Amino acid sequence: MSTVWLIPALPLAGALLNIFFGKLIGRRAHWVAVPAVACAFLASCVAFARVWHGGSFTSSLFTWIVAGDFEASVIAYVDPLTGVMLLVVTGVGALIHLYSAGYMHDDAGYARYFAYLNLFVFSMVMLVLAGDFLVLYVFWEAVGLCSYLLIGFWYTRPAAAQAGKKAFIVNRVGDFGFGLGIMWLWTAVGALDYPTVFKSVATLAPPTATGIALLLFMGACGKSAQLPLHTWLPDAMEGPTPVSALIHAATMVTAGVYMVARSHALFERSGTALEVVAWVGVATAVFAATIGLVQTDIKRVLAYSTVSQLGYMFAAVGVGAYAAGIFHLVTHAFFKALLFLGAGSVIHGTGGEQDLRRMGGLSSRMVTTTITTTVGGLGLAGVPGLAGFFSKDEILAAVYHANRAMWALLLLGAFCTAFYTGRMLFLAFYSGPRMSKEAAHHVHESPPVMTLPLWILALLTVVTGVALGAPSDAGTRFARFLAGVFPIHEAPHGGSVAFMLMVLSVVVVAAGITLAWFMYMSTPVRPEAIGRPRTLVHAFLLNAWYVDRLYDAAIVRPLLALSGYLARAFDLGLIDGIVNGLGRAVVGWAAALRRVQTGYVVNYALTMLAGVVLFLAFLLSR
Amino acid sequence: MVAESWYVALSAVLFSIGVVGVVVRRNPLVMFMSIELMLNAANLAFVAFGRRAGNADGQIAVFFVMAVAAAEVAVGLAIIVTVFRLRRRLSVDDLSLMRW
Amino acid sequence: MTPLAMPPVAIGPLAPVLIVLGAAGLVLLLDLLPRPVGRELIATVALAGLVGALLATLARWGKPGRAFQDMLVLDDFALFANVVICYAAALVVMLSIDYLGRNGPETGEYYALVLFSTGGMMLLAAAGDLIVLFLALELMSLSLYVLAGLFKRELAASEASMKYFILGAFATSFLLYGIALIYGATGTTNLDRIAAAAAGRAHDPLLVIGLGLLLVGFGFKISSVPFHMWAPDVYQGAPTSVTALIATGSKAAALAALIRVLVTALRGSQPDWAVLLWVVAAITMTVGNVVAIAQSNLKRLLAYSSIAHVGYMLIGVVAGGSAGPGAVLFYLLTYAFTTAGAFGVLTLCERAQAEAVEVGDYAGLARRHPVLAAALGLFLLSLVGIPPLAGFVGKFYLFAAAVRAGYLWLAVIGVVNSALAAYYYLRVVVFMYMREPEGAGARLVPSFAGGLALAIALIGIVLLGVIPAPFADLAQAAVAPLLR
Repeated sequence: MSTVWLIPALPLAGALLNIFFGKLIGRRAHWVAVPAVACAFLASCVAFARVWHGGSFTSSLFTWIVAGDFEASVIAYVDPLTGVMLLVVTGVGALIHLYSAGYMHDDAGYARYFAYLNLFVFSMVMLVLAGDFLVLYVFWEAVGLCSYLLIGFWYTRPAAAQAGKKAFIVNRVGDFGFGLGIMWLWTAVGALDYPTVFKSVATLAPPTATGIALLLFMGACGKSAQLPLHTWLPDAMEGPTPVSALIHAATMVTAGVYMVARSHALFERSGTALEVVAWVGVATAVFAATIGLVQTDIKRVLAYSTVSQLGYMFAAVGVGAYAAGIFHLVTHAFFKALLFLGAGSVIHGTGGEQDLRRMGGLSSRMVTTTITTTVGGLGLAGVPGLAGFFSKDEILAAVYHANRAMWALLLLGAFCTAFYTGRMLFLAFYSGPRMSKEAAHHVHESPPVMTLPLWILALLTVVTGVALGAPSDAGTRFARFLAGVFPIHEAPHGGSVAFMLMVLSVVVVAAGITLAWFMYMSTPVRPEAIGRPRTLVHAFLLNAWYVDRLYDAAIVRPLLALSGYLARAFDLGLIDGIVNGLGRAVVGWAAALRRVQTGYVVNYALTMLAGVVLFLAFLLSR
Repeated sequence: MVAESWYVALSAVLFSIGVVGVVVRRNPLVMFMSIELMLNAANLAFVAFGRRAGNADGQIAVFFVMAVAAAEVAVGLAIIVTVFRLRRRLSVDDLSLMRW
Repeated sequence: MTPLAMPPVAIGPLAPVLIVLGAAGLVLLLDLLPRPVGRELIATVALAGLVGALLATLARWGKPGRAFQDMLVLDDFALFANVVICYAAALVVMLSIDYLGRNGPETGEYYALVLFSTGGMMLLAAAGDLIVLFLALELMSLSLYVLAGLFKRELAASEASMKYFILGAFATSFLLYGIALIYGATGTTNLDRIAAAAAGRAHDPLLVIGLGLLLVGFGFKISSVPFHMWAPDVYQGAPTSVTALIATGSKAAALAALIRVLVTALRGSQPDWAVLLWVVAAITMTVGNVVAIAQSNLKRLLAYSSIAHVGYMLIGVVAGGSAGPGAVLFYLLTYAFTTAGAFGVLTLCERAQAEAVEVGDYAGLARRHPVLAAALGLFLLSLVGIPPLAGFVGKFYLFAAAVRAGYLWLAVIGVVNSALAAYYYLRVVVFMYMREPEGAGARLVPSFAGGLALAIALIGIVLLGVIPAPFADLAQAAVAPLLR
């Protein structure tokens, strides 16, 4: 008996308990939700152990309808990639659940919050476990729904409700393509389960494969906030901070990367699609990093950083370095969750302050948060020895061998990353305090329930890189583990080129951090000067390259105008004509047929008699 | 000695008369009597067939049907009386409150 | 003539029915007591009887029994139908408690009649002999005729009762004459012996006419076209709780008996009745759905909807084999949960406002009572057949059975009809959620029993929709004894 079914079942049970008995459970909601995810983590470890030596297995989770030889059931497919994803989702998920018990402590919707969070973990686990594209699609939508619910968790705030709506709509655009891609795949291959699909992609014509892969990638762009569908993620920061950590940094947004890596056979069949993936990744990585340079809201800095780091992952899978992309996904999950939770701790400790300009000097009052967040920041920046360094270096090395232009751009992105990370850390923790005396007095360290996850994540950020990501001639240990899923990438590791690349990236990181130090530490910070557009470039970045405004002017407004026009001219006339015509025909029939029912008993009896005669005539005539 | 088939034919005729009665008459009492006629036509058929089959099943069935018919009479008359009390007229054509 | 010997009396297979009838007698006794007892007590006794019967039925699962020289066959098929019937009747009793408290003076007779008709239904599903079938049918029907007109002072109720009675008795006469003719053709009324005697004589005119008249009688009870015309009027005029019983229990019992008769006694004539029922099924679901579109009275709308659902179920009967009847049994289960729930919501709404049966009366229900609106919405969605609710799975099994039996077109007609049906069901949902209420409606406060009944029905449709496999397997297994 396999225990795989426990992994989704436990969070689902937790969610249902908190939904239906939330009133009864009330403030004790975390006693349901946290153990549910923690036990799911243990179950994931069991599943992981089964694929420890490679290989894969399937496990039927749920049989819905069986009719003859037709069977509609949910099959879990577990291989090393699934195992890694399960550990990340449930592990980081469990830590964030624990943290939430402290962070959301005074919230009125405590049980509702945990119910949604459990539901999210359930959906995400199912997305990862899915053994075919249909189930993948269903839970792809389900995580989107949970994300929408959690972004709009404080639905009484207009900004939160608006952000939830935006995330939903932007994701719909991507999911539309994703759905189309799956339908096309089904017509082309005739099956949707992974083994059959990946076996038969070799028979697909490359243009077909390209079409399908690009449509699927459209969905990935939406979910993983890649250009041009990235606009929802920064706005999603209106949700509670632990949600940002779990959904909008560590797990859900990586679903796109996971999907592309999972269907790498399909993407490889079409070289074009892979190239598109790589370029979109590179462009997003640099684009978002430049925006991150000037943000003043601590969560928005991290949001743009997430978009940028996801770009790195796509660049990696785009050049065929799947293991490197997934490894960055894992390390990113650790240090970005850590950063968000640290930011949450700061927000919690300063009574809701999110603006970097009104922080400063927190290092003396929030020691734990400062230490752990700094570790996370250095991990993100790519300081040698930490997880981010190894994973980013893998990507850079792989991209260097594939395409020099991409590599140069990513190196620029790495510089920006180091700069904005340093800037954020300096502004928040190390520069002189800029808040009011009153506010400064109230700054306090967060309770242990929140700092414990910080410590664990910091530890993971420190050790993961060294333990799993140290390069060798046979690839990293992580890549060797995934060798059954992805062929080991052929980038030469040893030699002077690799060494040169490593040195170069260290130099870039150091330069970025040093520049940040010069700008924000060497002289007293003038808060009124930050976040004000001084030059055109600065304004350009501050407005996130005017993408939102561009969409508003180029898509939203024309669409509204067009739909208004269509509604008046086209819909009322043509479509309504057709639909109403059809409808009217049926309604006309209905109106005529109902008159048959005269209400007179004798007519009813006569009809019955006619029925008797017809029945007998028919039967006797045979 | 009359063959059973004559009885069966008679029952068929009686049954048809009952059917026609239900369909052409408007008075619920008369319609109801026609239905009773149909039931009794069935009884006659049972008895005739029972004789032909050489077992008692048909005869026994008749007793059950008679008991049921009696119960039906009780219920039917009660319903007819109720309607009459409310409407003071006794024609099923008045009963078209619900239609279409 | 052999001397009459007293047949051995086996109480065991009769136990579920005896419990129900015993409860009915007890209810009558309680009603006769010189000092009036509370109506809650009477309802509780009735409910206890039904729950007891349900438990007795479940206890006998897998232990088929025959009694009274095969006149009563309590096999798994009958047990499955009994579960549906007992559930529907229990739900009706729970919903009746406050409905009657407001709308009707009678109590004792009401519950006794509900129990008597339930007993009739259970016997009907277990009848192994055409005479028992007739008696059970009449026990069920006579009680229902009275129940339909129980609110004596209402014109609509008395009209419904009268129409139901005259047409019902008319149809029963056809059925009885059909039984007589089959007896004439085969010399027996026992289903198994009929099958043996009729083998190879499918074109005996007596048998053929008997089959036709039998189908007429059953057609009336399950309200298939062209014997459906009583249903809308009766559903509309009868007390809503009684309508729920007619729509679920009596239909389930009649369909179960129809299947038993067709696939045991008349299996030799399958080519004949399958073609005939093919046409009936197609016309029934189409007429039901099309006319439902034009309805504004919710009870009437649900009546036409139930006609359409009978059409769907006949697809399973036509499909035959083991899959078809099994799918019908499963559908009966889902249909009982769904329809009883929908009528239950109507009952609770009607209780608070004198007469809330027009679709317009439900405008803005979501605002006034979100839970009731959501419940009714879910029941309607299940009737439409939206996954993952019970209705979808039920339809799926029916259509799959039809396709596998080679009746592709019938399945296509069924699917088209399901799409058509969405129109009128969703219109009600639109009214509940998108329209403003007209004036301030009365406050709706479902009683505990009513709320519990709705909760059970809701759990039922979700459970059957999400994990249908075990129940569908049970239904399939239940059909097996018929096919030997």
